[in-house]
Amino acid sequence: MMTNIKPSSGAHVGVKASVSHIMWQVMLAISPATVYGLFCFGWPALNLFIITVLSAVFFEAFCLRLGGRLAKPVLMDGSAVLTGWLLAMTLPPWAPWWIGVVGSAIAIILGKQVYGGLGQNLFNPAMLARVALLISFPIEMTTWANVSPLFFSQSPGLIESWHITFVGLDNLDATTGATTLGFVKTEFSQNRLLVDILKDYSGFLNFIGWTRGSMGETSTLLLGLGGVWLVRQGVIQWHIPVSLLLTVAVLAGFFHALDEQHYVSPFLHLNSGALMLTAFFIATDYVTSPNTKTGQLIFGAGCGLLIFVIRTWGAYPEGAGFAVLLMNSATPLIDYYIRPRIYGRDRKGKPLEIPKS
Amino acid sequence: MLKSCLNAVAPAHNGIVKGLKGLLYTPFFRPLETASFRKKPVNEGDIFKSLLDFFSKPRIRGGVHAEQNKAQTATQNIVYHFPLPKKLYIPLQQHVGKPAEPLIRVGDKVFKGQLLAYSQGLISAPVHAPSSGVILDVNDYPAPHPSALPIRMIVLETDGKDEWLETHPVDDPFQLTPEDISLRVGAAGIVGLGGATFPTAVKLNMGRENQIDTLIINGAECEPYLSCDDRLMQERAEQIIDGVRLMLHGMAAESAVVAIEDNKPQAYLAMQAAAQPYPLIKVLQIPTRYPMGWDRQLIRYVTGKEVPVGCRSSEIGVTIHNVGTAHAVHKALRYGQPLVSRVITVSGGAVAKPMNVEVPLGTLISELFDFCQVNVEQTARIIMGGPMMGDALPHTGLPTVKATSGVLALTQHELKNTDEQPCIRCASCISVCPAGLRPLDMANNIRINQLDVAVDLGLKDCISCGCCSYICPSNIPLVQYFKYASGEVVARQQAQHKSEQTKRLIDDRNDRMERIARQQREEELIRLAAKAERERLKAQQETMV
Repeated sequence: MMTNIKPSSGAHVGVKASVSHIMWQVMLAISPATVYGLFCFGWPALNLFIITVLSAVFFEAFCLRLGGRLAKPVLMDGSAVLTGWLLAMTLPPWAPWWIGVVGSAIAIILGKQVYGGLGQNLFNPAMLARVALLISFPIEMTTWANVSPLFFSQSPGLIESWHITFVGLDNLDATTGATTLGFVKTEFSQNRLLVDILKDYSGFLNFIGWTRGSMGETSTLLLGLGGVWLVRQGVIQWHIPVSLLLTVAVLAGFFHALDEQHYVSPFLHLNSGALMLTAFFIATDYVTSPNTKTGQLIFGAGCGLLIFVIRTWGAYPEGAGFAVLLMNSATPLIDYYIRPRIYGRDRKGKPLEIPKS
Repeated sequence: MLKSCLNAVAPAHNGIVKGLKGLLYTPFFRPLETASFRKKPVNEGDIFKSLLDFFSKPRIRGGVHAEQNKAQTATQNIVYHFPLPKKLYIPLQQHVGKPAEPLIRVGDKVFKGQLLAYSQGLISAPVHAPSSGVILDVNDYPAPHPSALPIRMIVLETDGKDEWLETHPVDDPFQLTPEDISLRVGAAGIVGLGGATFPTAVKLNMGRENQIDTLIINGAECEPYLSCDDRLMQERAEQIIDGVRLMLHGMAAESAVVAIEDNKPQAYLAMQAAAQPYPLIKVLQIPTRYPMGWDRQLIRYVTGKEVPVGCRSSEIGVTIHNVGTAHAVHKALRYGQPLVSRVITVSGGAVAKPMNVEVPLGTLISELFDFCQVNVEQTARIIMGGPMMGDALPHTGLPTVKATSGVLALTQHELKNTDEQPCIRCASCISVCPAGLRPLDMANNIRINQLDVAVDLGLKDCISCGCCSYICPSNIPLVQYFKYASGEVVARQQAQHKSEQTKRLIDDRNDRMERIARQQREEELIRLAAKAERERLKAQQETMV
């Protein structure tokens, strides 16, 4: 006779899974775009990336110690690394070091730990930090470095990169410029038409990410591939990315058809800025998105709508961060109203009627 | 493809290289493949029909593709030469409803199949002697339940002869009236052998009264590891079909559908061959997806109808029985043999000789494990039933009962990781819930003791199928939360009821005391008034004098 004292119920077997497994998969999916971004923007971008990720881990550990908990097991779940990573992806690649540190502090402390840690936060921590930085430090957050790949003669070397990261850029005009969306926005304000504005625009270069922009947001191709892989792996569902991208495409297509000279084409929308990163990696964050399929479709469509509205009529050239935060705040509402129908009950929860035969 | 999926389910986190490899190849949550939910087309007419089906309402919701682990036992014949145990422990309650009442005395000599305890009440079932021998004791012994609390059992010391009581089978059971069929099924102590153990006779009566049109025979056997129904269908298809026909006769119903998951092609072919002569019995392959064998899921898949909450399936014209039950009905009506044994799957990583074996009811699990050479050191958990819904038993000194479809001895490696992490709201539990609940919200509310909210969210509609616990990447024991909450809700209701009753009694008593006091006061006043009157009269008389 053998004994086993601790009682345990239901589903004695299960998937061999863990939170860290999911986080690792997301990191794996995003790494091609990251590596490419780091290559495009060189050593300063790498500095900023490392600083942001490390400070995210540091602040997570700090908060956990403050709460009297053991930091190591929680850090191992990889969520803090991922938050720092995603935040770094959305920062201007040559931003000074303190942007990364302040951003990580906002993301981890205000965005996550004050709510109670993993799984409790209302807003996407990376987006919260990005928006807070954008509002507080508009200059630093909109200084976009030119593409200056690693090991190219014109690109800053390792020593020079430390100067850029820790002291600042000396020669702003020569090494920086505007993103495509930003450029379109400023030119519109001077009453120029799209056909002139986009004379030099190359759809292909934008597609592969050979353009100015945030560290990891430029390559539509690699982000899209990573996202599709995540969907294939079943880590994320297709609902949010598809509805988000489709909404932006349909809206942009509609307005572009109405007035070709004042509304950019849907292809340019899909091909630029944070759209792919947002669609596959930011908006699909489990914690801050609705948990039913229908809810996710609504959430994605809402994000797409807000992104389009802010890009087209708002003061900022890019609106992904604001859009995601606004829809995050609507998530509890969506989850309250959109719920699955319980077997044998109608949508309102009343038992079904026996069908008359 | 499927095999690679199964192999890839277990990526250990030993080292980053291995981890990365796992990351690349592991379809971690398998995407829900909507199209394959529906019946696979067999010929061109069916293809058209399945196209139509594609646009109709989905017939399966939620569920998981659990790792099967059936091959170890499903490929071998059922073993019949289980050595007769010296002692059998026969619980008086092996069914839903009232326990049976014993009618034997200690020291009585009984034959195999002799009635030991008769059913009492409307919903109950009798218990028969699984072998011949002497009654040793009628007393409380540990129940095959996670608590192993004692319940009333009859202890039978077998004499090794296994002598049947003289049975009186009828020549042609189809000449019996439907009511008679029910009576004989009831007298044979047959209950639902899929695990629900609802008395079959009661179900037959309900089916007859509600004039059901479809009898579904549940051959899904969706629980991993278990294969006793599979083997039964392969080896005794004709007997099962005969049982189905008898059940149809007993319910005065016409058509039956035998539903078998498509991971049991052998059983499907055997059953189809056996059902060939009877056009009203259809054998249907259904997709393999746990919990396909949940009666209401199966009813929706087969008939497209949904059983309303609070109703029995017979109210919408459908009744569902297990294949094992059909086989037991066949034995009871053709041979007059009551339910005294059943086929049990013994499997799991710690079992050296996994098998399906027919054992007399009341056999201790320890004897079963000895026979199948279970490695005690490796056994991390003993489970009665399947690994999804089965109960973890504290020890092996417990008897097998009518509900025991399997006994598993699982190793630590097979068990789900219990290292609980915070919920990340990945909503896998919502997408796998066949009942359409939101397990994560329910668990969150239970955690902060808001049980009423959990009830509003549908706690009472939870069927404890375990899909949510199975899929949860944070290893949250969701079903445990729900079972705890359900028990707690009942306990609280009882406590509230009790306090209300107490309050009512106190109020009543106060009222009564007040009434008595008032009466006494009034009587006192009357007495005083009378006294005053007397004195007045006395004084009057005195003055008169």
